[in-house]
Amino acid sequence: MFDKKYLDRMRVEKERWEKTVLKDKFAQTKEMKDTFRTGSQIEINRLYSPLDLEEVGFDYLNDLSWPGEYPFVRGIDPLMYRAAPWVMMQYSGFASAVETNKRFKYMLSQGATSFAIALDLPTHKALDSDDPLAEGEVGKTGVPIDSLQSLEKLFEGIPLNSVSMFICVAMSTGPIILALFLALAEKTGIDPKRFGLILTNEALMEFACRGTQFTTPEGHFRLSADVVEYCAKHFPNFSPLQICGYHAREAGCTAIQELAFPLANSIAYAKEMERRGLSIDDYAGSFTWLFSASLDLFEEVSKFRAFRKIWATITKDRFGAKNPKTMQARIVFYSGGSNLTRQQPYINIARTTIQGLAAALGGIQIMHLSSYDEAYQTPTEESATIAVRIQQILGHETGITRTIDPLAGSYYVETLTKKIEKGVYEYLEKIESMGGAIKAIEQGFYQSEIAEQAYRYNKELETKERIKVGLNEFLTDQEVNVAPLKYDPDAEKKAIAAVKQLRKERDNGKVAQALEHFRSKLKGTENVIPSIIEAVKAHATVGEIGSVIRETYGKYEEEKVRF
Amino acid sequence: MQRRIRVLIGKPGLDGHDRGAKLVSRVLADVGVEVIYTGKFQTPEQIVGAAIQEDVDGIGLSVLSGSHMTMFKRVIDLLQEKKAEDIVVFGGGVIMPDDISKLEKIGVDKIFPPDTPTSKIVEYVKNMPSRKR
Repeated sequence: MFDKKYLDRMRVEKERWEKTVLKDKFAQTKEMKDTFRTGSQIEINRLYSPLDLEEVGFDYLNDLSWPGEYPFVRGIDPLMYRAAPWVMMQYSGFASAVETNKRFKYMLSQGATSFAIALDLPTHKALDSDDPLAEGEVGKTGVPIDSLQSLEKLFEGIPLNSVSMFICVAMSTGPIILALFLALAEKTGIDPKRFGLILTNEALMEFACRGTQFTTPEGHFRLSADVVEYCAKHFPNFSPLQICGYHAREAGCTAIQELAFPLANSIAYAKEMERRGLSIDDYAGSFTWLFSASLDLFEEVSKFRAFRKIWATITKDRFGAKNPKTMQARIVFYSGGSNLTRQQPYINIARTTIQGLAAALGGIQIMHLSSYDEAYQTPTEESATIAVRIQQILGHETGITRTIDPLAGSYYVETLTKKIEKGVYEYLEKIESMGGAIKAIEQGFYQSEIAEQAYRYNKELETKERIKVGLNEFLTDQEVNVAPLKYDPDAEKKAIAAVKQLRKERDNGKVAQALEHFRSKLKGTENVIPSIIEAVKAHATVGEIGSVIRETYGKYEEEKVRF
Repeated sequence: MQRRIRVLIGKPGLDGHDRGAKLVSRVLADVGVEVIYTGKFQTPEQIVGAAIQEDVDGIGLSVLSGSHMTMFKRVIDLLQEKKAEDIVVFGGGVIMPDDISKLEKIGVDKIFPPDTPTSKIVEYVKNMPSRKR
């Protein structure tokens, strides 16, 4: 890309600088460290110049091209934030369907067009509120959904088509949540093509981190794939898979691993769909990706840019995508709470601002910022509002939306972008050589890689090789005063009573029949989504459907480990 | 010869966030503590059963899902029931200061909130009273 003669001149000039100005400086002082590295352990040079771009083989037209064009490094949209800033989201959980319903109605009256629904842990694990294992967990991390009845309460007085997009974080219960939405649409006479539904529905990563899995990797993979296939064929307006690097990052992995693990999982899905006779253009155009970001600003910006290129390349070159929409990575960004400190919690407002800046400079589509009190609890109304205000400041006051991909061309950022790309491909090859994502997860590869990085990070904190303000340096004795969030103390009791009542009132013969039908489909190879829809319409509970899955594929259990 | 300190790190309930539990297990093992990590999704009964079977000095519970009041209490009650209340119960997770004092009142020896330096946990476990046996 650069003129050879000019680069030669630069080399001579750089050497002169090193032997004179730099040498003189080193005679008086030294640098803080022998080597400087990013969080992903990429070694960082003293400074970057066109010589580095030459070394990594940077080529503007091949590597970047233009916004809205392959390989989409500069953005998936030709106008990006000049047309509108990213979508600013707020995530909050409430303990019951009734409270959440009130909140949704308020949000609608305030002009909201999309809702994010947080589920409680028993729902995530396909257990009913009255299951003994659910004790103490009902309504804690979100709303409990036990049956079609819970969803009816959740959306009472809110026709599904009055909302443009529902986002439901359900990694392991994606098929059941999909079935519940379709059953509710049918019951209320609304065409499911008239609202949007983003399902996360990617259970493989759950085995590596976060852990909502309740059956085997094989069982979860089949169910998630059934959702993808069913939506591709019947409801292309839904987004059946959100592939997450976020949770692995929160569990401790590096930026490079945060891209590599979910990419390896997406390759497993793409191969499965190929086996089922679908082309990548039939389904991947509606995928979304969930990533986090640390405060390592330039590595994070480079990460988002590199990711778009890799996804575009894999879909096009490996799976033969023809539709540009398939090749575009739509990125949902959620700032990682693990970067925040419990100590001096208000300084977290500065941290999330920097994370949000990294995401915006990286060209993401949807942003959620953590609340400063995340190390204490689910956000309060006040802390959640501050988190949205930060985004509004970034979007409207800083001017970063004026030009597209403003850090492009930075010698440093472009070199890092290339290095991250290379690092991700190396990981993908490694996972492929283990037999793919499912095998790598079954062998505990992701898990041990993540734990290793979490251990290294902790060591860096303990030795102060890494400084975390308020945590291992710049400490104060300041008393923290975070307003506690009020839970409904009876939420669990109410949910238990409702599900017990439902079991008395429904036609139990019909439920048993629907569950047996689902069981027989699950044992076969056909898509099981229609049989789950029939079961939820008969008022089978989430836990009962989960039990059939556990009985068929086996229950997920962990073993003791000796350290 | 004095026995090495032995602890059981437990993840009760449905919470799948195990970064802290695994990290603490490894850091304790680094300084010579014998650590048995239960794995995720254990019931309080399984945890107490394993603790007694392994003859540990202490049980460290990790709960990030908000169910800490239920889980810690069940473990304390079960230890009393099995006459094993000399096993020290400590733990960590996303727990508000108000709840920390409530847990201490029901017999939890020590709660380490998020962002506690692991060196503090090491110091605590090393000085943990060994079980009389």
